[in-house]
Amino acid sequence: MAFTTSKSYFWKGFRDGTPFVFVAIPFGTLFGVFATEAGLNIVQTMTFSATVFAGAAQFAALQLLQDNTPTMIILISALAVNLRVAMYSASLTPYLGAAPLWQRACAAYLIVDQSYASSIVRFEKEPELTVPQRMAYFVGSVTPITPLWIIATYLGAVLGTQIPESWALDFALPITFLSMIGPMMRTLPHVIAALVAITVSLLTVAAPYNLGLLIAGCAGMMAGAQAELLMERRKAKA
Amino acid sequence: MTPVDPVTMWTIIIGLAIGSYALRFTFIGLVGDRPMPPWLLRHLRYTAVAILPALIAPLVVWPSATEGQPDVPRMAAAAVALAVGLVTKNVLAAIFSGAATLYGLLYLIG
Repeated sequence: MAFTTSKSYFWKGFRDGTPFVFVAIPFGTLFGVFATEAGLNIVQTMTFSATVFAGAAQFAALQLLQDNTPTMIILISALAVNLRVAMYSASLTPYLGAAPLWQRACAAYLIVDQSYASSIVRFEKEPELTVPQRMAYFVGSVTPITPLWIIATYLGAVLGTQIPESWALDFALPITFLSMIGPMMRTLPHVIAALVAITVSLLTVAAPYNLGLLIAGCAGMMAGAQAELLMERRKAKA
Repeated sequence: MTPVDPVTMWTIIIGLAIGSYALRFTFIGLVGDRPMPPWLLRHLRYTAVAILPALIAPLVVWPSATEGQPDVPRMAAAAVALAVGLVTKNVLAAIFSGAATLYGLLYLIG
């Protein structure tokens, strides 16, 4: 019984994760194209995508590589861009932390924007889910994405520079994430967190090594948490 | 198209692979089911609604494809995707209306 319900949650996750193939395919293809242009061979490009599995960090590293940045700075900045997956990991821990270590070790590799975004919404909406159901959902949500990300990278590397700029693939990522943000605005503190994060990210855009993203993210989280506290206190008084 | 020095390239790839995995594993692997303090949990509830908009906002206002010049089709597409998502709560509907706006306006305005 537990097995069948976990299985159905795998497919629920799969369904919720499917829209993100519209990010994974263009983004993976773009990475393949950029990596080839930057002078990486196909083995390097594929290893990069399959092991790092974090589009934004990979793009950041390539960009800095082309600007002749020292290796150490490239590593630190790309990891800073990727710091958000540590926040995702922390945020998922209350829901998945009780799973066996080997499952958590595998799940860790699969923590990306898309699997996190799908899972956290589902876990918050359905607090009665068991840990195996949550794990099944989480793995399901990233299953349509991982193979396509890797295949798309390969296609991009092979196609090289033949994709015309008029396809405006650069905007696939913003549109997809914006589309995810709307449904997340469930309470006033969520809205406040997002507005503060947006404002700070625009003000800190000149900060070196993409630190602006981290500063803005922290500011937004603090704003959301404080708003939640204030609202609770007001409710308690009333 | 100068080939990158292979030692540098592999250092970056392997370093990022190990570093990224460490970032992902730290909490979920090492903290596990030990309880975390309420103030930390309260902040973590707002991770996604803070980080994702912060990641996107600069890309919308200063798109890289236009070398940082604000661009009407991209701004409009962003606004439509956000608005449709807010109203319908449907991610896919938001993606398609955003993409349709982008391509429509790129075609009309050029």
